[in-house]
Amino acid sequence: MWIDPSRPAERALVTHGHADHARSGHGAVWATPETLAIMALRYGTEMGTPVPYGDGFEHGGVKISFHPAGHVLGSAQILLEHAGERVVVTGDYKRRFDPTCTPFEPVACDVLITEATFGLPVFTHPPIEDEIAKLLAARDANVDGCIVVGAYALGKAQRVIAELRRAGYDAPIYIHGAMQKMCDLYAAHNVPLGDLIMATGLAKSELKGAIVIAPPSAMNDRWAQRLPEPITAMASGWMRVRQRARQRNVELPLVISDHADWTELTDTLLELRPSETWITHGRTDALGRWCELHQLKARALDLIGREDEDEG
Amino acid sequence: MQAFAALIDGLIYTRSRDLKIRLIADYLRITPDPDRGWALAALAGTLNIATVKSAAIRAMAEERFDPMLFRMSRDYVGDTAETVALMWPDKSGGDAAPTVSEVIDLLNSTSRARAPAVLAELMDRLDANGRYALLKLATGGMRVGISARLAKTAFGQAFGVSVDDVEEVWHALRPPYTELFVWGEGRTERPDPADSAFFRPFMLAHPLEDGSVHLDEFAAEWKWDGIRIQIASTGGETRLFSRGGDEVTGSFPEIAAAFNNIGVVDGELLVRGDVQGGEAASFNALQQRLGRKNVTAAMQAEYPVFVRLYDILFDGSEDLRGQPWTARRDRLELFTAKLDPARFDLSAVIAARDFEHLAEIRAAAREAAIEGVMLKRRDSLYLAGRKVGLWYKWKREPLVADCVMMYAQRGSGKRSSYYSDYTFGCWTEDGNLLPVGKAYSGFSDEELKWLDRFVRNNTVARFGPVREVEKSLVLEVAFDAVHESKRHKSGVAMRFPRISRLRRDKPAEEADTISALRAMFD
Ligand SMILES: [Zn+2]
Ligand SMILES: [Zn+2]
Repeated sequence: MWIDPSRPAERALVTHGHADHARSGHGAVWATPETLAIMALRYGTEMGTPVPYGDGFEHGGVKISFHPAGHVLGSAQILLEHAGERVVVTGDYKRRFDPTCTPFEPVACDVLITEATFGLPVFTHPPIEDEIAKLLAARDANVDGCIVVGAYALGKAQRVIAELRRAGYDAPIYIHGAMQKMCDLYAAHNVPLGDLIMATGLAKSELKGAIVIAPPSAMNDRWAQRLPEPITAMASGWMRVRQRARQRNVELPLVISDHADWTELTDTLLELRPSETWITHGRTDALGRWCELHQLKARALDLIGREDEDEG
Repeated sequence: MQAFAALIDGLIYTRSRDLKIRLIADYLRITPDPDRGWALAALAGTLNIATVKSAAIRAMAEERFDPMLFRMSRDYVGDTAETVALMWPDKSGGDAAPTVSEVIDLLNSTSRARAPAVLAELMDRLDANGRYALLKLATGGMRVGISARLAKTAFGQAFGVSVDDVEEVWHALRPPYTELFVWGEGRTERPDPADSAFFRPFMLAHPLEDGSVHLDEFAAEWKWDGIRIQIASTGGETRLFSRGGDEVTGSFPEIAAAFNNIGVVDGELLVRGDVQGGEAASFNALQQRLGRKNVTAAMQAEYPVFVRLYDILFDGSEDLRGQPWTARRDRLELFTAKLDPARFDLSAVIAARDFEHLAEIRAAAREAAIEGVMLKRRDSLYLAGRKVGLWYKWKREPLVADCVMMYAQRGSGKRSSYYSDYTFGCWTEDGNLLPVGKAYSGFSDEELKWLDRFVRNNTVARFGPVREVEKSLVLEVAFDAVHESKRHKSGVAMRFPRISRLRRDKPAEEADTISALRAMFD
């Protein structure tokens, strides 16, 4: 039994639908119903056993249950219980409010296997309201052009759209064709996203004053050349560091992340106080050092096949 | 401070020059005095807060953060000030943020020892972007891709005045430039900088790409291989300025002391020696003097400096800039005759029959260690900046050598993720490579990517940030001159080396030898 295996496995527990966690070709899959729906959308006919939040099952003497991680729709932490010992695998998680998914629930445990994507003390994500306000102000200042926002197609895009709606922006939002199906899936799971229009194929004049959401990979290719004087925005936790934003030719960095920032990571450790912490998926060295300074037993768990940059 | 921080971030993320100018101009128009003047000084590089040096920022970080966590963060972010700004716990909120002028006043009125504490209190009142702007302001290194000229252009655009007018009065004024804004807003006449020795912008030349000029219309002079300098004297005070308007009087006090006339002149600072037409030493000798705030009597004796005069801008208080070059040249000759000949002489006009004859004279000048020839329209007025069709510099062809890449280092700024600084070497007689220079320009973005990949794939050793590479890549290096150097093991040093071509076709064994470089000595 594997968790988020990077190669096809006979039996896989999958925390959430991002490509570096949910791969295709496994024998049997256990995941939340939402994650299974996302996998089916991405990989076609894959089937699996749905495990709703809070539910569990037993396998080889180990009790396995899924708990909300607050990362994207359907994302889960996985709790393994055996002989009175509790191990929690956080998968990717965050503690901030997100209108598109069930909030993180802290799960008491002896061993915590935590992610550390933003495991450096320079990463503090600002309130999302401030970042959305920046986006709306840039849109108001450029009514003759448009703002194109780079956002990961699963989770980030829908969160940005939902937050724009929460801020009172009710004009149509334009999306890249690659996002259509995922947005439909969110809407079908009771995450209302308002009026969405495919940007592909529209004349420049129709996109004046628009907010366009596109996957980061589409930002610098020919697709973007059809937009009227676009201002390039990017919604990512990496945007916190100026040099990183500049390297990607971003003009309007939006520090919006679906991962826990440094404060969330360390606060969660202090809250759960596991007797042992395994750090994976990111900056293991800095979070390990922090644990040492706070007399928490920790070690790095280096996994292969993880590319942390794209879904920040 | 928030408005200033927003401006700084806007400039960091904006690539278009016009948009940068507009951002600065908007800020200057709506921000009150004296904040906008301090901001203008920060952008133009004229703000100097003596109590805060970058060491103070590092000390502040070491006191508050775990050294290991700080080092990991610093390595990732790549900039100390930004790292500190991001790691600093956020205590801001409410309306306690300081104004730019409050920051300046507090830091200017404290001592160097107290400054870190004052800075820390200010940090607590700002958000992350504000803290970044504060640290950049305090240390003076804004690094937002703005030149002093661009800042002045933005001022001109903000208030509808000409940038040349701004230049004219700029060096007579001090931050926060209140008089400049009063004038910009049309509330007074242009400030009159009389009675102080201040900088007037230089007239500059365009390169003569190809084609020729007629010597009836153009006068020819040597372009000397020294430091372009302006001397301004009111009688009461004499000051020396470099090309960008920085004052360098302290590095060359004997020149200021010897200048016993009133006016403003333009010339080339040289060290007396036995090359350069038997009168001036190479640029290398001059470098011993440059950048020193104070020079000893021994230095003055070892590297005796003098100024070869090109032009005259003011004779006494009479402004000659509106007169043609021929008239100014006559006045310059009379003016120079009254100066100490040990310290000042006249740049001779080259006597050539026609352009072809001049080309012959220029070709022979390589041995005379002259940078090239200047061509000046005889009727040209002395106009600030580079004006088309008036002055040309006709440099001699660069020298080139085939060298082998030996080491590479990452660049800075937007090149920080690329190995873009290369040390290269030439062969000794017994077949060893010794470094002869370092270059970080001359290649295209495509070539940079290729070079970066070459370095990564051919690393044989690492020394901190430096990678030693397989000695297999030949770089054609262009340079202006090569001379003897005791600092380099190879005994030679190049002036202005840059990569002119990647010679992927050439085997490393066929690169040039050090003795071939020696044969090109001035
Ligand atoms: Zn994820
Ligand atoms: Zn992940």
